[in-house]
Amino acid sequence: MLELLMRALIGGIGVAAVAGPLGAFVVWRRMAYFGDTLAHSALLGVALGFLLDINLNFAIVVLCVGLALVLVALQKKHIIATDTLLGILAHSALSLGLVAVSFLDNVRIDLMAYLFGDLLAISQTDLYWIYGGGLLVMSLLVTFWRPLLALTVNEELAKVEGYPVEAIRLLLMLLVAVVIAVAMKIVGVLLITSLMIIPAATSRKLSQTPVQMASMAGVLGCLSVCGGLWASYHWDTPTGPSVVVCAALLFLIAYTLPIRKTA
Amino acid sequence: MSTRLAELQDIGIRFGERQLLSNINMTLHQGEIVTLIGPNGSGKSTLIRTLLGLQEPTTGKVVRHDHLRIGYMPQKLHIDPTLPLTVKHFLGLVRGVNKKDIRPTLNKVGIPHLENSQVHVLSGGETQRLLLARALLNRPNLLVLDEPVQGVDVSGQVELYNLIDVIRKELNCGVLMISHDLHLVMAQTDTVVCINQHVCCSGTPQHVKGHPAYQALFGIPGADSSLAIYAHNHNHVHDDSGEVVEEGHVHTASCQHHAH
Repeated sequence: MLELLMRALIGGIGVAAVAGPLGAFVVWRRMAYFGDTLAHSALLGVALGFLLDINLNFAIVVLCVGLALVLVALQKKHIIATDTLLGILAHSALSLGLVAVSFLDNVRIDLMAYLFGDLLAISQTDLYWIYGGGLLVMSLLVTFWRPLLALTVNEELAKVEGYPVEAIRLLLMLLVAVVIAVAMKIVGVLLITSLMIIPAATSRKLSQTPVQMASMAGVLGCLSVCGGLWASYHWDTPTGPSVVVCAALLFLIAYTLPIRKTA
Repeated sequence: MSTRLAELQDIGIRFGERQLLSNINMTLHQGEIVTLIGPNGSGKSTLIRTLLGLQEPTTGKVVRHDHLRIGYMPQKLHIDPTLPLTVKHFLGLVRGVNKKDIRPTLNKVGIPHLENSQVHVLSGGETQRLLLARALLNRPNLLVLDEPVQGVDVSGQVELYNLIDVIRKELNCGVLMISHDLHLVMAQTDTVVCINQHVCCSGTPQHVKGHPAYQALFGIPGADSSLAIYAHNHNHVHDDSGEVVEEGHVHTASCQHHAH
């Protein structure tokens, strides 16, 4: 039991530590809906993974990254408004995933675990995926921090100053895709974006610089994972939702308590 | 002729059915201030964006000479309120910036005391100065300013234009800027280009002011009775700096004589 808990804790912290800082970008660039779309489509990745008999984590990463690329391409064409496009993709991908899963008679899929996450079901292999993916995302985030931030603050200024704007935008979308694919195991398809957005939003109240906000978001995410696991252990509540509830509580505390900002 | 920095050659821009700009030719030189004027929707900003490479021209081409480095000051700065950002950090985002240059640049634009302020709390004038600082940190030889005095009161506008002039002289850079008000920028401008989908007229401020195409767009100076602009009978001619030019009064379309 203890080993199970430890593994869940290590995995959860690994995910939250990356989801937080990247979540700051999701909040700044208003990409929440984009994240949701990728998350919803991850279930399709699970179904495809089973159908094609390939590693599930791999299938999810490929599908999320692929969809991110499709989205970038479609956005450029300006066929319809981006949020409409995202809405169409999000829900058709989720439905397609659910339909595909129903065809899998020979394998029993715990749908609830994929929709809402099952932190306690983390395997050793999952940990490798989490820390491998996490380290990759983290190192890219640190290496390209300035261009990513310049793009977020003002794309046109960044472009005139010679930043490769298109490439950086693509990089950010791919990073989000990887984090979502990896985080799916922990909090599930429906709750992933919350793990990115809520700690970042909480962190906004407590920070003066982008670096502060991003790192604090990681810390708050880790705290939420600890709190959620603890609650889950004590009251036998579902782990994924417990983590999210915990993050939401931290948000409420930060925004209701009179915390003085040092200007 | 001084060094050429960039050239717009026969630029035309079309959005769907709408021809926004056509046959625009312009050359920008080191050390020269060019002011673009034109009514709303005349394509001024689009033209600037084309020069910057933010907008692809439908026809024609933009020639940017090798040594060209642009400092761009956009019309306004919107930074999402969820992004905490101080002035210092904002300026630190300039590509390849030397952090040591930030403080002197803030001094130059007159806001050294705001180094650690959040960008969201700056006033209109302070924001414009911040944007100017960012443009300068790119070590430009061409400053491109899209309505640099937007949201600034009149006395602040004069100060900003003077500051731009000082910087131009100091860096010996070219300046291309958009302005709504020819009168305010006249003293600091070498060339005025009046555009409305195409180049209506261009030349020295004095020349453009008297040009029928300019007057058709902006009205005859002093003739609009809804603006009580003080005008007096001319019996002499001023040059740009206000000195009386010793020559006979040449009647042009610009010198409408008014009673007091």
